[in-house]
Amino acid sequence: MTAAATKIEQVGHLGRPVYQLRNVAKSYVRRKLHALDAVDLTLTEGSFSSVIGPSGCGKSTLLKIMSGLVPPSQGSVVLEGRPVTGPRSDIGMMFQQATLFPWRTTLQNVVLPIEIRDGKAAAARKHDAARDLLELVGLKGFENAYPNELSGGMAQRAAICRMLVTEPAVLLLDEPFSALDELARDFMNMELQRICTARNATAFLVTHSIPEAVILSNVVYVMSPRPGRFVEAVTIDLPRPRTLDMMTEPRFGAYVQRIRARLDQGAFI
Amino acid sequence: MTEVLEGRPSVADTVWTEPVSLIDSVPRSVAMLALFVVFIALWQAVHGFGIVSPIILPSPWATFMDILFVGQNLISGGYMLPALGVTIAEVILGFAIALAIGFSLGVLVGETKFGERAVMPYLVAIDTMPKVAFAPLFLGWLGFGISSKVALAAFIATFSIVVGTAAGLHAAEENARMLFKTMGATRLQTLVKMKLPMALPQIFTGLKLAAVGVMAGAITGEFIGGGKGFGELIRVAAAQLNTPRVFSLITYLSLLGLSLFWTVVWLERKLVFWRRSSIGEGIAGQ
Repeated sequence: MTAAATKIEQVGHLGRPVYQLRNVAKSYVRRKLHALDAVDLTLTEGSFSSVIGPSGCGKSTLLKIMSGLVPPSQGSVVLEGRPVTGPRSDIGMMFQQATLFPWRTTLQNVVLPIEIRDGKAAAARKHDAARDLLELVGLKGFENAYPNELSGGMAQRAAICRMLVTEPAVLLLDEPFSALDELARDFMNMELQRICTARNATAFLVTHSIPEAVILSNVVYVMSPRPGRFVEAVTIDLPRPRTLDMMTEPRFGAYVQRIRARLDQGAFI
Repeated sequence: MTEVLEGRPSVADTVWTEPVSLIDSVPRSVAMLALFVVFIALWQAVHGFGIVSPIILPSPWATFMDILFVGQNLISGGYMLPALGVTIAEVILGFAIALAIGFSLGVLVGETKFGERAVMPYLVAIDTMPKVAFAPLFLGWLGFGISSKVALAAFIATFSIVVGTAAGLHAAEENARMLFKTMGATRLQTLVKMKLPMALPQIFTGLKLAAVGVMAGAITGEFIGGGKGFGELIRVAAAQLNTPRVFSLITYLSLLGLSLFWTVVWLERKLVFWRRSSIGEGIAGQ
């Protein structure tokens, strides 16, 4: 089975479009850098998409634009029918580091976005929902533990809860498990799939790992640098739920090979 | 199998243990006590062999007796008690003023680009100056009463708090800043809920240096400007060549300094409960 080459603009019509980028570009005039060039992207409800590319290909710029941290130089960025003009509470973000605050318990860390947005009373009202989330990610019983009592994987689970507590329309994941060891990383990826399925989450993952992108995604966007643009969108036609065993199957290998071949080899040197 | 094992050392014989050095095997309190005994013995030896005149270096015993005498005077409400009260007032007022000014200024410097780029270099420069040299100025401005000593103590202590606070605010992790941005936090929320708690360890380093500085400031002020404090008692005792008295008064002063320092350390352990710092941290590094 070979992966069918797909048109880059539109793939994966699973559900209604949630997040739409049209002709988005970003140049840094002062640094004379053309970071991102005419990116089109549609994330449909309940889909999992990944972008993969070498360092400096504009992935981070793309994610910063999508999270509302940085305005694009041109193009439109629309989430749930409303243009993104800054950080929004219906955008959930997760970074490489869990960045839990050591003076807050796990539960207090999870409700932090609510506390920032609506105040302490609203955060207190969210405690029950936060407890449910902690149970969902397997952290039941750790509500009152402090972050220095959690392992790296547990900290990232708590970070997942903090991302989900505002019930965001889209999850932006910036190499969320790359600081974990490989065994924990594989395991957490399967957990992530389970959580996303349970919540019918629309997720967008930035990663350096081809197998990670393939095992998690409906669509993998391959990016090339200078200027950053999508050179191919690979639809991953593997049944769900995905399992780690699938990584040994030939068709999984074929996807990995195809993406590897598409990546600009020169950029890795 | 058994034959093969016979003649070999048994498992118990081959247990491999990490060698423990002598100093590691002794409890900390015992090691400290041993060092103290050695110190007293050396002191006694220097005194006993008449190497140094008793006027320059009193015997340990004479010093000990004078410590008891001063202690009795303090407890019974003798003339030394008001003097100690004056010095304590200077130290506490000086520390409180240094804390208020140092913290506010530190937040201003740490939170603004202008503060970081333009003000901070000057603060660091002033912090490295021998600030005691300003003592005569404070006496000239504020007179020989308690206020000039308080001002000098506060002046010496302020800068380490400013520098500690500002540096702590600058040290906030990029990840945490980004997270707060994505959560749409206001500047005040970012400061109160993230930057200040993260800066606490460095703020406390500044406070510990300030606790040391405020003592030096108060006593220097009293040496130069007279008054009714403990520093004045030391000056008088030294002028009368009453060296045991000088030594015992210094002992009580160091107890005062230690209690201030330990209060800061205690507060740090309460507030920065997620981080165990060693007592001398920040002091040794400066």
